[in-house]
Amino acid sequence: MADLPIMMPAVPEMFLAVAGMVLLLLGAFAPADGAERTVTKLTLVAMAVALGLVVFVVSGGTATAFGGMFITDGFAVFMKVLVLLGSLMAVLMSREYLAHEGIGRFEYPVLILFATVGMMVMVSANNLMSLYLGLELQSLCLYVIAAFHRDSLRSSEAGLKYFVLGALSSGMLLYGISIVYGYTGSIGFAGLAEQFAIGGQAEIGLIIGLVFVIAGLAFKVSAVPFHMWTPDVYEGAPTPVTAFFSVAPKIAAFALILRVMLDPFGPLIEEWRQIIVAIAVASMALGAYAAIAQTNIKRLMAYSSIGHVGYALMGVAAGTQDGVRGVLIYLAIYLVMNIGTFACILSMRRHGDMVEGIDDLAGLSASNPRMALVLTAFMFSLAGIPWFAGFFGKLYVFMAAIDAGLYTLAILGVLASVVAAYYYLRIVKIMYFDAAAEPLDRPTGRSLGLVMVVAALLVATFIFYPGPLVNRAGEAAASLLAG
Amino acid sequence: MGEIPWLSIMTFLPTVVAVGLWFINDEDPDVVASNVRGGALLASLATLAIAFGLWTGYGIFNHFDPATHEFQFVEHGEWFGKGGFAYRMGVDGISLFFVLLSAFLTPLCILASWTAIKTRVKEYMIAFLVLETLMIGMFCALDIVLFYVFFEGVLIPMFIIIGVWGGPRRVYAAFKFFLYTLLGSVLMLLAIIAMYYQAGTTDIPALMAFGFPRDMQIYMWLAFFASFAVKVPMWPVHTWLPDAHVEAPTAGSVILAGVLLKMGGYGFLRFSVPMMPEASAYFTPFVYGLSIVAVIYTSLVALAQTDMKKLIAYSSVAHMGFVTVGIFAMNQQAVSGAIFQMLSHGVVASALFLIVGVVYDRMHSREIESYGGLVHRMPKYAAVFMLFMLASVGLPGTSGFVGELLVMVGAFQANTWVAALIATGMILGAAYMLYLYRRVIFGEMVKDELKSILDLDRREVLVFAPLIVAVLWMGIFPMTFLGPIEASVANLIENYQAALAAAGSVPDAHALAAR
Repeated sequence: MADLPIMMPAVPEMFLAVAGMVLLLLGAFAPADGAERTVTKLTLVAMAVALGLVVFVVSGGTATAFGGMFITDGFAVFMKVLVLLGSLMAVLMSREYLAHEGIGRFEYPVLILFATVGMMVMVSANNLMSLYLGLELQSLCLYVIAAFHRDSLRSSEAGLKYFVLGALSSGMLLYGISIVYGYTGSIGFAGLAEQFAIGGQAEIGLIIGLVFVIAGLAFKVSAVPFHMWTPDVYEGAPTPVTAFFSVAPKIAAFALILRVMLDPFGPLIEEWRQIIVAIAVASMALGAYAAIAQTNIKRLMAYSSIGHVGYALMGVAAGTQDGVRGVLIYLAIYLVMNIGTFACILSMRRHGDMVEGIDDLAGLSASNPRMALVLTAFMFSLAGIPWFAGFFGKLYVFMAAIDAGLYTLAILGVLASVVAAYYYLRIVKIMYFDAAAEPLDRPTGRSLGLVMVVAALLVATFIFYPGPLVNRAGEAAASLLAG
Repeated sequence: MGEIPWLSIMTFLPTVVAVGLWFINDEDPDVVASNVRGGALLASLATLAIAFGLWTGYGIFNHFDPATHEFQFVEHGEWFGKGGFAYRMGVDGISLFFVLLSAFLTPLCILASWTAIKTRVKEYMIAFLVLETLMIGMFCALDIVLFYVFFEGVLIPMFIIIGVWGGPRRVYAAFKFFLYTLLGSVLMLLAIIAMYYQAGTTDIPALMAFGFPRDMQIYMWLAFFASFAVKVPMWPVHTWLPDAHVEAPTAGSVILAGVLLKMGGYGFLRFSVPMMPEASAYFTPFVYGLSIVAVIYTSLVALAQTDMKKLIAYSSVAHMGFVTVGIFAMNQQAVSGAIFQMLSHGVVASALFLIVGVVYDRMHSREIESYGGLVHRMPKYAAVFMLFMLASVGLPGTSGFVGELLVMVGAFQANTWVAALIATGMILGAAYMLYLYRRVIFGEMVKDELKSILDLDRREVLVFAPLIVAVLWMGIFPMTFLGPIEASVANLIENYQAALAAAGSVPDAHALAAR
């Protein structure tokens, strides 16, 4: 009896892991024709239950499990809700696509489910070991689903590229962890924080270890200069997988960065802030400039996501409670915008085949005014133009940066956002100003249309009820810094 | 509160109607178009009725009290939770007439586009109604973040209007307009955030009373200037304006000239001067310099134009040069004159763009050379054109005279040289407008394609009638408008002088700079 309550904080993860194994068995032994449908549906149910567990069972207060390796606090709950929503949407949006491409297999939802477990462990990691464990569980699943379209050269290439570079970054991370351990003799976040809090000059070896850890994590969020894999993987992977990549793993990795940087390494902020500032500026600039020349919309979204990572890192660089709040708000809004945009991309078909060229959208406002309007809302939101939600995401990270005195960073950030506005506007221009190309097919799937419209309504009407999200994010940020 | 939130109703009514219009669908595009036009016109007229009601206090409305400088019809609501930005609306003597101007021009725009816009009528009307919401909201906002949301949100419908219904180079013009103004705005956003952290509030009246440190004022003033100078537009960041005006559809030009340019001047009056008085005094010579260049240079450029819309666009830059001189001359006559000049220009420039639109709809050319001798076929048109041409030049009895005279009187008190130099702009203004009028209206009608051109029809007369009334009313009874403005301007100047006195400097900026 005495042992059970200690497991309580990890109940959602445990439930999801068990559910994943059951579903794997179910898929393997069920009759082949209906297995995929059943498993997909049950995966959605399992994720919804996990969401319920996160929100209603483990929320409220801070608790640790497994000898302090695993922590649940307001921050973890907030991030897990985002991760689970992202995964849920990804599975929901994949069904139609996979069936259409003829690559639907029951392993797909199960892999996403396991990746989600990994992400939740990342979010709750309170120890460099559990951090690595969650990260690898997530990454291994992601490598496989990137290459899920086995017969497609691009998909296989994407998976391989992702795997090779991902393994390299994991190696760097592990190396960094070992150096940190070597210099401090501790891998628990609490223990590390205690040592650093004593103060004094950090040893140079420790700084090197910290740099390696940051490099490993920067790879996972695809921040410049560790972004090289992003465009290729985004373009090559099946589109719903790209949608998944662009949200859930990024959110989980940001949770890691925030927790690692502000909790154990918080006292060393002067050491790591300059690194974060540099990669934030580089990401914003590259995301803005490199996207201009793109013709493939998935590649464009890859560069766009690099740019957005730069803005979110601005909040990390601030290193304050306002900064964490800014990142949380930013990620929540980013999740909705990106899911919606990818729902639109997944609806781009002509004569039954997927098209990915930006020019294929020409004249969409005439042939499908609803989708054009929805996509326009997402583009203005991604560009950060008020009154759309994306503006408020940017507003809060800029506020954090100004409050922390990072004026140059903020100015470079807004300038990059003007450049970035150009390519988002270009999509609006192609849809509204250009002469009609051959019209796209009318979207068929109900679920995609629903995701699209709901996301667009959220983005367009966020301005009327921003209070709940801002307050929740504020409380979550407070819980991270209190711990 | 208990009172009816008229400002919010007025602000959001057009958008609510616009959302409704989106759902009008029919097999026959003509049915959709006529329903949408009617709905949009009614919505904008209802908005105008509310705006008018608030001004005059007719019937169920509270009366706008011209004797006080306080914000009136104030509304306050939660927005971003505790300690965050709030939803605050209100008007004072400075903003009241800009609200009226926005509400006044929108129905005219819809009426002017009645037959000119044939494609995607529904989207067009929705864009205009959303634009109206954003414009009115911007002038009513009493929270600086709320202001920013409206201020920058205006770019979205305007981008669409220029890009979809514009001329041949519409894409270039739309992008230039959007990115130019966005670049200025984002710097202002950073300054707004910095102000928030310094003062701990985003409430505009509280920020006006706060008193920022001098060094911070300088940086913030520059950031705000980046935004407002592009919007006004001041030389040398005016280059987006001719492109946007030329390519925009007629009604788009009307809103651009009539309201969007005023956003810059309003911004100076609402933010730069009251919140950063020391920086404003410090930069006054700089503003004078740019304004003088704008007045003289763009007047000369206007003289050389062959495209009618471009000519009027450059004349707008010149007229707005008067406005910026007036605002920074900082005395009662100059500031009242600057506001009056903005209102007058809003009416006159809008009318001139509509006048160009009339012949453009018939001949599809904006080149001055394509016309000549129109007086023979279009006497009514020639008369209307003459009235507004003379109003633009500043003929006594029209609105243009009052604004320019007040600015000149005020500027003369502040700095004689500035007054003398901008006076040349009045002469050049008369030159290019009269020259334009002679080439288009007078002379022999030699071009065959003009021989069958028709005079103004009833709808067009209906569009011009309110503008004619407005321009004459403003010219003959200016106190109707100057009265409500007076208290707010007096308060603005008093606070400005007090802030400078408290900072231990004299209003004379040259002395300040020399120290």
